[in-house]
Amino acid sequence: MFWQRFLALLGARNKEFIRDRSAMSWNILMPVLIVAGFAFTFTGDFADQYKVGVTLPAQQLADSNEAFLKTKYIEFIPVSDVNKAIVKVERHQLDMLLDINGKRYWINNESPKGYLVEKVMLAVHSTPLQKQTVSGKEIRYVDWVIPGILSMNMMYSALFGVGFVIVRYRKNGMLKRLKATPLRAYEYLSAQIVSRLLLIMATTIFIFYGTDFFIGYAMYGSHLSLFLVFALGAINMISLGLIIAARVTSEETAGGLLNAVSWPMMFLSGVWFSLEGTNPLMQQLAEILPLTHVTAAARAIMIDGAGLAQISYHLIVLLMQTFLFMFIGAYAFRWE
Amino acid sequence: MSLPLLEVRNLIKHYPQVQAVNGVSFNLAAGTCFGLLGPNGAGKTTTVEILEGIHTPTAGEILYKGEPVGKKFRNEAGIMFQSTALQDYITVRETLQMFARLYPQHADIDNLIARCNLGEYLDRDNRKLSGGQRQRLLLAIALVNNPDMIFLDEPTTGLDPQARRNFWDLIESIKAEGRTILLTTHYMDEAYVLCDDIAIMDHGQIIAQGSPKQLLAKHFNDVVLQLPAADMKNADTLPYAVHQHKELIEITTQDVNQTIQELLARDISLSHLQIRSRNLDDLFLELTGKQLRT
Repeated sequence: MFWQRFLALLGARNKEFIRDRSAMSWNILMPVLIVAGFAFTFTGDFADQYKVGVTLPAQQLADSNEAFLKTKYIEFIPVSDVNKAIVKVERHQLDMLLDINGKRYWINNESPKGYLVEKVMLAVHSTPLQKQTVSGKEIRYVDWVIPGILSMNMMYSALFGVGFVIVRYRKNGMLKRLKATPLRAYEYLSAQIVSRLLLIMATTIFIFYGTDFFIGYAMYGSHLSLFLVFALGAINMISLGLIIAARVTSEETAGGLLNAVSWPMMFLSGVWFSLEGTNPLMQQLAEILPLTHVTAAARAIMIDGAGLAQISYHLIVLLMQTFLFMFIGAYAFRWE
Repeated sequence: MSLPLLEVRNLIKHYPQVQAVNGVSFNLAAGTCFGLLGPNGAGKTTTVEILEGIHTPTAGEILYKGEPVGKKFRNEAGIMFQSTALQDYITVRETLQMFARLYPQHADIDNLIARCNLGEYLDRDNRKLSGGQRQRLLLAIALVNNPDMIFLDEPTTGLDPQARRNFWDLIESIKAEGRTILLTTHYMDEAYVLCDDIAIMDHGQIIAQGSPKQLLAKHFNDVVLQLPAADMKNADTLPYAVHQHKELIEITTQDVNQTIQELLARDISLSHLQIRSRNLDDLFLELTGKQLRT
């Protein structure tokens, strides 16, 4: 009987979403527009600053008398881990890596800025250096920001798509009508969660591959791992939406509560800028926000090629939060 | 005597500052239509919603087929709320199919569609239904589980006279199948036509109960003479109970012949005289002193 009721509600809810063309279009169009806007805005070499990693401690780098290290308009960055710095050269995050003591340097063959920096260095540097070449696509801002945008879109769809809809149904008496049937609350809530999860995953995949076709994102990790992160993130935030919708009877109150949850997440979860170097208090606050973990895990997979083991911390936090949110949401739920 | 289908015993529902239901008891015999009447705030909706399982009572007992209400009752009860939103963007057919799948057993959907006259707009979005169409769909939903017991909460409110009559025919046909109906309504003619038994509630209590004819016979032995106010002068000097309702004077009397002679003696024109029996509206006013539709 559970599956019969579950599938009946799931089907009806999916039809409602798919046929509500304005809501569906907006769910897809908004993130596409944001991504397209970023891709357009950050296309081209706006940042003319050249970046060269140097395997010297910061003080030693500042005190060095090497002529090349005094070149204007090149930012010299002290590097302690050569392997990580080589990856940054591969991703165009550094234009060159210079190991003065080892008398060698790395440049990316596909980087025009690397080519220019190399020319400058060879012209002024006194001793011969061994050239090492690497290859790899550039990590643009759009590559960095896309995991956050997809996560943020998912967050809005989860919170408002479940939270707001349940409150609307409670207010207009639909939940009361369902309560008068043999339907159980957990059957209803399960159908709501799964329906929204399917729709979120379908729209996220569509948006990801649709915009990837035109923009071409950096993707060094597994697509399956990324799918898992988004699925877990979606369930987490749908469950959070259930808590908000558990008892509220006014759409205005629900809207206020949903905004109170979603706005801090949008700005404090590292969607738009890196949290490294920000206020420690803000970083601690960000740690409790689900969107932080979804964004960080997705970004690690896409840009750093991280596997599930490397993002296990984020997965565990998301999983624990999901169980907590579901428990509270189901316990607090009232039909009226 | 056969067991009542539904027995309500000393039902009480108290909210922090309101005593909504104060010791309501009644029985519903199987295959009958029971009408629960009362002004807004009388406690009838709370009573019905407790019976439907929407609210839990503060005290009291509800037995269905001799057992406390539970899963069996939910499977066998059909409910039509006064105002229920239906899911947007799905059609009449899909709505019926969805509700049918919520029950372990359900009625034949095609029969239901034919019976409630839904065939013409089966593929129409719920949002685009007229008032009458919507009420028929809500009735079909109430019947979707082939219920033994049906709750109809003001089912004809807002319908035009023709749609109301059609709805009455539907309810009569349901009753003819031996199903038990609990009807709440603001229309006294509806209660009179459809109900075998009625209970009038006020202040959370039942103040009168019986068949409409029994109740009228018990409380009234008079009739009402109606005359245009323009034809009457010094009506208040008549030795009868006289009430004026807008342009109409109503004289309540136990002896029609004597009253007419009195009116003729006063040279009052009887061209527009109408005589009517006392009805449930009068009974309600008599018992509660309130207008039924306030």
